[in-house]
Amino acid sequence: MNENSEYILETRNLNLYYGNFLAVADVNIKIRRHQITAIIGPSGCGKSTLLRAFNRMNELVPTARTEGEILFNNENIYDPSIDPVEVRRRIGMVFQKPNPFPKSIYENIAWGLRINGFRGSKSELDDLVEKALRDAALWDEVKDKLDQSGLSLSGGQQQRLCIARTIAVRPEVILMDEPASALDPIATLRIEELMQELKKNYTIIIVTHNMQQAARVSDYTAMMMLRNHEDRSGTVIEFDRTEVIFTNPRDKRTQDYVTGRFG
Amino acid sequence: MLRKTFAQELQQLKDAIVELGEIVQKMIMQSVTALRNRDIQSSKEILELDKEVNKRRYEIENQVLVLIATQQPMAYDLRLLASILEIAGELERMGDYAKGIAHINIRMGDTPLVKPLIDIPRMAEKSCDMLSRALQAFLHEDEQAAKAIPREDDEVDALYLQVYRELMTFLIQDPTTIERANWLLWAAHNLERVADRVTNICERTIYVVNGVLREIDSSDDEFRAL
Repeated sequence: MNENSEYILETRNLNLYYGNFLAVADVNIKIRRHQITAIIGPSGCGKSTLLRAFNRMNELVPTARTEGEILFNNENIYDPSIDPVEVRRRIGMVFQKPNPFPKSIYENIAWGLRINGFRGSKSELDDLVEKALRDAALWDEVKDKLDQSGLSLSGGQQQRLCIARTIAVRPEVILMDEPASALDPIATLRIEELMQELKKNYTIIIVTHNMQQAARVSDYTAMMMLRNHEDRSGTVIEFDRTEVIFTNPRDKRTQDYVTGRFG
Repeated sequence: MLRKTFAQELQQLKDAIVELGEIVQKMIMQSVTALRNRDIQSSKEILELDKEVNKRRYEIENQVLVLIATQQPMAYDLRLLASILEIAGELERMGDYAKGIAHINIRMGDTPLVKPLIDIPRMAEKSCDMLSRALQAFLHEDEQAAKAIPREDDEVDALYLQVYRELMTFLIQDPTTIERANWLLWAAHNLERVADRVTNICERTIYVVNGVLREIDSSDDEFRAL
């Protein structure tokens, strides 16, 4: 799995704990480059926990512990020699609730570039800010008010600003945790359409409660569920092309979930 | 534009329908030319084209089902997808009619035609012309054209009746021509059915445009004039 390989990420025997609780058990999946992979499943099955493992965000929870490996371009991101800050730059994240900084639209983008070591001129910075906003399909709406607060934008615009902020530092993977659940249907479709543009340059993994959204936007779908009701550990029970998951899943539990008979 | 990707996929399916229709038109014309020229090799090619048509029909069907399952189509989008499913089936059956004519030619072997073909090629040309325009009406969602084309079915029916009467005179005069005349009658009947199915395609186009699903009263009964 090098930078030209079909796969960008791979989990091997991944176990994720909170204290003694095994929240996510034994996940072995491979994420394809420049594709959108959705993680679906009922509440509490560990979708967000798994997503956060992909850029070591789980470590921000004091009791969290990880077993197994996550290979990113063939390198285990949990290896002690790896800098988690660098992992998070290369594998960025967009959250459920838009969380722009209480600063200008311009600064929301420029800030990330500066803390990641940008040392160029003002006009170079301007160019990078513009490019990030264009790539996030927000430029035309904000180009005349870059000095206004990011918080003055609508919810959907704020979320695209957060996406612009994430892609400004040129990650390879974008993790999205329910990126549209706080948005209205039109703003949601705008984000979904944006994802189709972004996948040309990035790999996207999205967690969503909204099964229809997973069906609409993703190329591959991982179906998560509790292994059993005793240990309450979540795991990936089926992973396949999205069209297979939604037209002809192999696992009866996936079938019951996508047809609304369970969960 | 919102849902640009989905809109592109719908357009690709419409294009796939038109391409499928072009192969079917080629099959129909070639089947009749092969029969007229008693070209067995050409008829065998049609059997291969039929396999291609069947394959494409399943691909379209599968793609429609994936879009229904994954994209939650509503209103116009849903009508379009349902219609594509229907039209793909109609085209596939039209391909079967051409295949039927090819089989007739192959089964006839060295037996000469009971008469030179005149009206049967006209039927093929007329029904293919109707099919071609019906597909353009579908592609461009031209409701007026979709309403007008089925009226031309009468011309195909009239030709069929002409062929029928002419072949009957052969049968009456010389019962040894029964088999050979019957072969041509089947061929003509197949072409008459092609034109009927063009009407079904037009019905779906009207449904896509205005949401009304109604049978067009073309002369589905080819013996009405008898």
